[in-house]
Amino acid sequence: MALTMPAIMKTTAARLSALYLLLFAICAVLLVFYMTSLSARMLTAQTQETINEEVADLARSYQRGGLPFLVRTMERRSRAPGANLYMIADPNGEVLAGNVQSIEPGVIAREGWTEIPFSYERYGESGGEQARGATDSGKPSAQGQTPAQIRRNKGHDAIALVVRLPNQMILLVGRDLGEPERFRSVVRRALTLTLGMMGLGALLIWFLVGRTALKRIDNVSEASSRIMGGDLSGRLPVTGAGDEFDRLSENLNAMLARIATLNEGLKQVSDNIAHDLKTPLTRLRNRAEAVLSGKHSAADYKAALEGTIAESDQLIKTFNAILMISRLEAGYSSENTTQVDLAATVRDVVELYEPVAEEAGVGLEADVAEPYLIEGNRELVGQALSNIVDNAIKYSTDATSKPAVKVSLERVAGKIKLTVADNGQGIPDDADRARVTERFVRLEKSRSQPGSGLGLSLAKAIMKFHKGTLDLQPADPGLCVVMSFPEREAS
Amino acid sequence: MSAATASEIAYNGSMKILLIEDDREAADYLEKAFTEAGHTAHVAGDGETGFALADSGDYDVMVVDRMLPRRDGLSVIASLRSRGNTTPVLILSALGEVDDRVTGLRAGGDDYLTKPYAFSELLARVEVLNRRAGVKESETVYRSGDLELDRLSHSVKRAGREIVLQPREFRLLEYLMRHAGQVVTRTMLLENVWDYHFDPQTNVIDVHVSRLRGKIEKGFDKPILHTIRGAGYMLKSGG
Repeated sequence: MALTMPAIMKTTAARLSALYLLLFAICAVLLVFYMTSLSARMLTAQTQETINEEVADLARSYQRGGLPFLVRTMERRSRAPGANLYMIADPNGEVLAGNVQSIEPGVIAREGWTEIPFSYERYGESGGEQARGATDSGKPSAQGQTPAQIRRNKGHDAIALVVRLPNQMILLVGRDLGEPERFRSVVRRALTLTLGMMGLGALLIWFLVGRTALKRIDNVSEASSRIMGGDLSGRLPVTGAGDEFDRLSENLNAMLARIATLNEGLKQVSDNIAHDLKTPLTRLRNRAEAVLSGKHSAADYKAALEGTIAESDQLIKTFNAILMISRLEAGYSSENTTQVDLAATVRDVVELYEPVAEEAGVGLEADVAEPYLIEGNRELVGQALSNIVDNAIKYSTDATSKPAVKVSLERVAGKIKLTVADNGQGIPDDADRARVTERFVRLEKSRSQPGSGLGLSLAKAIMKFHKGTLDLQPADPGLCVVMSFPEREAS
Repeated sequence: MSAATASEIAYNGSMKILLIEDDREAADYLEKAFTEAGHTAHVAGDGETGFALADSGDYDVMVVDRMLPRRDGLSVIASLRSRGNTTPVLILSALGEVDDRVTGLRAGGDDYLTKPYAFSELLARVEVLNRRAGVKESETVYRSGDLELDRLSHSVKRAGREIVLQPREFRLLEYLMRHAGQVVTRTMLLENVWDYHFDPQTNVIDVHVSRLRGKIEKGFDKPILHTIRGAGYMLKSGG
């Protein structure tokens, strides 16, 4: 997919990067201003201190040797490289000596520190070559120009201390501001450059991160489109980095797996419905057709209609059972679970089936005394157990000894096992035993018995709903159906 | 006056039934079938109309479909109940899971029947719901002809002769006698005597009933516990 700028801007990573960049830039600008102003202040303070010392020094020279000595000292100092500015003027402002050729007018009129930087010109800097120390050419060469023009022309700014000597002479000691200004501009340039570089770097990272994120999301989108297109076995890419994207993909994959399972279950159900309901429906139709085609008495029609109703009822039952199984297998969640005493359920079901068993000549007994509590649904457990007991009674009638069905409860390794054992022929074949809990599976010898082939499937689904298992174990003789429930956690 | 005669009068009287069902064909069929059974049935085709009719009319029983246009059945029932209407309600629904029934009964329904159903089952349930037939709830001794059941001492006598019953047989007979003269279906017995709502694969209820019948009829001239073909059972004394 082409990476257009708006597309990048749409990524979360890019947005976050932009935000960080903005915050960073604001902080950096503040930092530059703080740093430069702080260092400039420090430099100014240092300059003022130097000037103070110089003035005190010159004042001492004046006291020792009068004006000539002062002038000599000044001239000596002026020759040193990077010298300060020196100037002596008479009380009228006429320049007598010093290394300053011209100065912004009015600077020496006031005593003390100059308030704002002023512009000046040293000897030897302008066009006019003049001897240093000349005292009579004090008229500013730039006379008649405005201070701003001077500043612009000469480009030298300075600060100075103006003091009045005891003989009313004016002494000015100043220092060029070029150095702190240069420092300030160097720092500013360096910081600006760094900032610019970092900005570029951030943009680059932004672009790369945004593109990576975008690419991975694109992969996920692409995979999902493929899956939506019908390939339900497809999965989202997992890079193995274990990051958020991987976690997202893994979760989505788990979801897809669940959907695939449900879908598979649904497909199986519809296949089964199509297959197993077609047969009885066809039979129903044929029977109705047969009755219609011949000449029959009213009693025949009545019997046929009653048969039709009975068969439809059976169909509805089968249909309900299939729906219930699929709902349970699909992870049907019920808020309707409570504490269920399995012992009570066993007593109920055994009591319910006892007359049927007696009529069939089967001994039905239950060995339960103490309560066995599970978390579950009483109706469902009752239904599962009655299906199993119903089967046990039906298939124990071919026992070689006296037919008997025994229901027992025991606690084994944190599980509660509800066992229904009969002494009939059982299901000797391992494969058959594994198969009978599948939907509509009826073993050869049971075809003659009434039933839909859904009883054990339903029981299995109910056990799954209770997070338990349904196992069929061979007994000698007979079959043991074991329902294992997880024990209810003591609360 | 004995309780048995009171309930028989109630049963023989016709009921005024309100049917709230949006499926026109099903509603017509039910209306006709209820009329044939000697009752009067009014049909409402949606929840709002049904609510208005129920709120104004004096019905003995209401049969309410759960999914209705304009207003769903459970909401209609809940509103009626909050307005103090205690008319017994039977909910008809295509939803038949355990939870659905619980939700339906919690909303104020008195019974719940899953579609598709046999009309005989619906009729039997509606007749049992009828308020005027349910007067026996508070009585301690049920009588039906020469059969007498004492709910306090748990004793059963027929023509003065003591009959010994198992606890479950006693509850079975108790239910049959409470609804003496009314048809009681197998599923109604399983629900009310055993408190299970599933369909047992074998006709276990029939065996229980025939056992009970053996105890209360053996040695007596007249049958009292009758099998109603295609529907269920009825306890009825006399001709």
